[in-house]
Order: sequence, then C-alpha cells, then structure tokens
Amino acid sequence: MKKISVEKLYKIFVYVALISLAISIIIPVAWVFVSSLKTNAEFQGSPWTLPMSFYFQNFIDAFEKAKMAEYLLNSVIVTALALILLVVIALPASYVLARFDFKGKKLINTMFMAGLFINVNYIVVPIFLMLLDWDDVFYSLFGQSFFLDNIVVLAIVYASTALPFTIYLLSGYFKTLPKAYEEAAYIDGCGYFKTLLKVMAPMAKPSIITVILFNFLAFWNEYIIALTLMPGASKTLPVGLVTLSKGQMAAANYGQLYAGLVIVMLPTLILYILVQKKLTQGMTLGGLKD
Amino acid sequence: MNKTKEKRRFVILCLAPALILFSVFMIYPTINVFLMSTLRWGGFSDFKEFVGIQNFLILFEDMNFIRAFQNTIFVIVIVTVFTLALAILFAAILVREKIKGQNFFRVIFYIPNILSIVVIGAIFSAIYDPSTNGLLNSFLSLFHEDGWIGVQFLGNQSIVMYSIAFALIWQAIGYYMVMYMASMSSIPAHYYEAAELDGCGKIKQFFSITLPLIWTNIRTTLTFFVISTINLSFLLVQVMTTGGPDGASRVLLFYLYDQAYNNASYGYGMAIGAITFLFSFLLSAVINKITERDDLEF
Repeated sequence: MKKISVEKLYKIFVYVALISLAISIIIPVAWVFVSSLKTNAEFQGSPWTLPMSFYFQNFIDAFEKAKMAEYLLNSVIVTALALILLVVIALPASYVLARFDFKGKKLINTMFMAGLFINVNYIVVPIFLMLLDWDDVFYSLFGQSFFLDNIVVLAIVYASTALPFTIYLLSGYFKTLPKAYEEAAYIDGCGYFKTLLKVMAPMAKPSIITVILFNFLAFWNEYIIALTLMPGASKTLPVGLVTLSKGQMAAANYGQLYAGLVIVMLPTLILYILVQKKLTQGMTLGGLKD
Repeated sequence: MNKTKEKRRFVILCLAPALILFSVFMIYPTINVFLMSTLRWGGFSDFKEFVGIQNFLILFEDMNFIRAFQNTIFVIVIVTVFTLALAILFAAILVREKIKGQNFFRVIFYIPNILSIVVIGAIFSAIYDPSTNGLLNSFLSLFHEDGWIGVQFLGNQSIVMYSIAFALIWQAIGYYMVMYMASMSSIPAHYYEAAELDGCGKIKQFFSITLPLIWTNIRTTLTFFVISTINLSFLLVQVMTTGGPDGASRVLLFYLYDQAYNNASYGYGMAIGAITFLFSFLLSAVINKITERDDLEF
C-alpha cells in the first residue's frame, strides 16, 4: 500500500515538472500573439486581460507606419538568396571533397574544419571594416558606396559564414553514398558536371533539406550581422523590431511591436510544426548553434 | 579527350567559389582580429600605430573589462549547471517513463530554440517589465495587497545578470534535452530490466546506467555550453539591456562590440576579442580534460 503512494507521488512530481516547463514556454509565446491583437488602450491595464476584439489594425499599422513591409521584404530576399547561394556553392565543394583525390585536399579539409570554430560574433566588426575599405575604393571610382547597406552582400556574408558546417554535413553524407551510381553514370558517358547535377545532387536531397531547414532558421532570425552591415535606413525584420522597441515612441507602439514579433515568429513556428521530427533528428547529427 | 585535365578543371571549378568566399569572409577577418589587436587604432581616422601587447596590458587594468569577464564567467557557470541538470532530468523522464503526451512535451520544449534572439529579448522584456504591467511583477503583486513596487529585474545592478541567465536557461533547455534524449534512447532496455530485477531504484538506475552511458555526449555538450553561452549572452544583452544599468550587464563580446563598433576603438575591441577567443578555447580544453573517463560502450 505504501509503495503505491510513493510511486504516485513520484508520478505527480513528474507531471508537475513537465507541465510547468511547458506552461513557461507556451504562455509567453501565446501572450505575444494575444498582445498583437490589443489596442493601445488595452496595454494600459493588466497584461493578462484578453483583448475585447481582434484589433488587426496593429498589423496594418506595422506594415504602413513602422515600415515592416519593407523590412519583411528585405528579410525574405536575404534569406532566400543566402540559401540559394549556400546550396549552389557548398554542394559541389562537398562532393569534390568527399569523392576526389587531389593535391591540397587535406589542407582544405582542415581549413573548413577550423572554420567550424570561428564564430560570427568575433569577426563581424572586421568584416564591417573590410567592407568599409572596399566602399572607400568603390566610392573613389564610381562616386557611390556599394558594399554596406546592400542586401546582396549581406546574403553573401550569411552564406559564407554557413559554409564550414554545411560542407561538413554534406560531404559527410556524400561519403556514405555508394560509388556504384557514379561509375555507372561515367560508363554511360556522363561528364563530371552532369553526374553531379543529375545523379549525385538528387541523391543528396535529404541532407540538402536538413541544411536548408537549419539555415533558414539561422538566416531568418539573424540579428548582429544585419545590424552591423546594414547601418542605414534599410533593415531586416529582426533589426527593425529592435529599433522599434528601443525607439522613443516605444510605449505608443506596443501594438505594432507585437504585430512585428508575430510576423517574425510565425514562419519559423509553422515550419517547425510541419517538420519538427526532421529538425530534431537532424540536430543530433551534431552541430553548434550560434 | 584528356581525362585528367578535365577532372582537374572540375575539381577547381567546384572548390573555387567556396574557398574564395570562405577565405574572404571568414579566414581573413579572423586573422585580422589578432592583427588589429596589436594596433592603436581609434576613430574613423586612418591613423594606425603598432603598439604590440599594450592593448592587452591596458585591458587587465580596465575595470569595465574585468567586470565583463566576471559577468561572462558567471553566466557560463549558472547557465551550464542549471541547463545541464534540467535538460538531463527532463530527457530521462521523457525517455524512461511512460508519459502521456510525451511527443507533445518534446515538441513544446524545443520551441524556444527556433525563436530569434530578438523575439526572446522582447518576450523577456515583457516578463521583466518593472511596472505592474510586467508579466512577472503583475503576478508577484497578487501576493502583496498594497503598494507593491515592481522589482527592477533589468534595472537593478545586482539582479540583472540573474535575469539574463534565466532567459538563457529557458532558451537552452529544450535544445540540450533533445540531444540527451537521442543518446539515452539508444541505451538498450535490458540494462534497466536487469537492474530492476536486482532491486535497483530509479535514482540508482539513473546514476549507474544512464549517466555513465551518455557521458561522452555530456562532455561534447559542455563545450557547446561554453561557446554558445558566450555568444548568446552577448546577443541577449545587446537586444535587451545594451549593457545597462550602468554597465552592470556587460559581457565580454558585448564589450568588444561596444568598444569596436560604437566607440570605434577597433584595436582595443579586437584585443578583447582575442582574449575571449583564447579564454573559450582554454576553458573548453580544461573541461574536456577534467571530465575524461574511460569510454563505456554498450
């Protein structure tokens, strides 16, 4: 009889622990969603009251008054461009590093491995200074600056900083594929490029998807590089939101701020719900978050 | 057709773009961190002077730097201890116990990890809001009928680092839990069955089976803790407090960024970067050394 009650206490403890952690995550996230539908007057009272009605005006204001539409467009372009660049550049390099023997291969492999330990937060200022120097040269030649405040350059920097881990993941995957496919392709008269494009790339699809998932989250959520390399009026969504929340009118803009947060969160949450199994499985392949 | 020549061309074409981008945007800036740390270089002027290790000597007398260093060590220790304990506990519960809604909990716990640091900063700014409209203060005021003065979670110098650490723990638990779950679920069930037959309790099972068998995994994650806490504490401080109040929440990388980007003392800022890099490297190596055990396999 006593044994059962101890077991029961243990079970209760387990559920209380699990449910409290779950609540501590669900409530703040849900609260942001609810707050995005509140009018400014409703922000004056207790934070726990539900809005009287769905005040979608916050989203319209966020787009029209707080320039969120422009920021959103910037974020979409940067993320998409960086992902395309990353896959197009990393895939052939990983394939060659996994399958071909040539002089200097070991050195290149070591370099990319060392790159896994370089963190963006340390080098963001040197990158900024380098682009500033390039801009000086460009300015003296063409009379305008080019490299800073340029979302294409930002996308290139994103893709470059993601290269070491992506190459590590993809070349690891290529090594596990049987060689027979390529040999068959060569015998059939396929050139190297055609083999890569038509035979190997489709077979690497699962790990390409993993790469895209992870880096979508990384690029979409990224803050410090975007802040540093885009010092002008054009911003990405996360940087725009911080500016909005720190601005002088912060108190008057709560509705727009939370609407903006919802706009940032929603794509990642939807993606996560759709592919959460893949994401958490892929994570255990190893890897560091920023 | 010359086969080797064609092969060479293919290899070069495939590798060149990746190598160029990697060298220009990662290798070169990294080398620059160390080179620039030996320069006196301030402001947007082009005046640079080689001063050797002078920047480093100034650093060790700079109270702001020492404070940032202390804050960084503080968050690393607090975040590692609490996240590690909680993540292992929850992983063990979810893997070993028959829990209703197991998948639900796993999915929910991972959510903070997919949120932008900007969103996490905004959420915790609302939670820590010092007015009675703050999520935490409105809750606390329920227990104090009259005249509750909100706690300044981010405005009080002695509380602010705890608030930052708490947010980091909240963010990290799910990530590490999923990692530990993966290695725990590969432990064969018959180990636990045998232990049960021998009359081992759950706590004993945890310490003599689960923990030793995921030890390698724990060691790897300890390095992750050091590196990611150094980085994420910077981002969170940058988003939430910008080092305030009165510099009380500065961490190493924040001080780097503040000196180099906002104050334009590039040489000095990069010296902070060099020290931080060496510190994280050394700390990881030391942790790796002292946690060394014989590998157990199953």
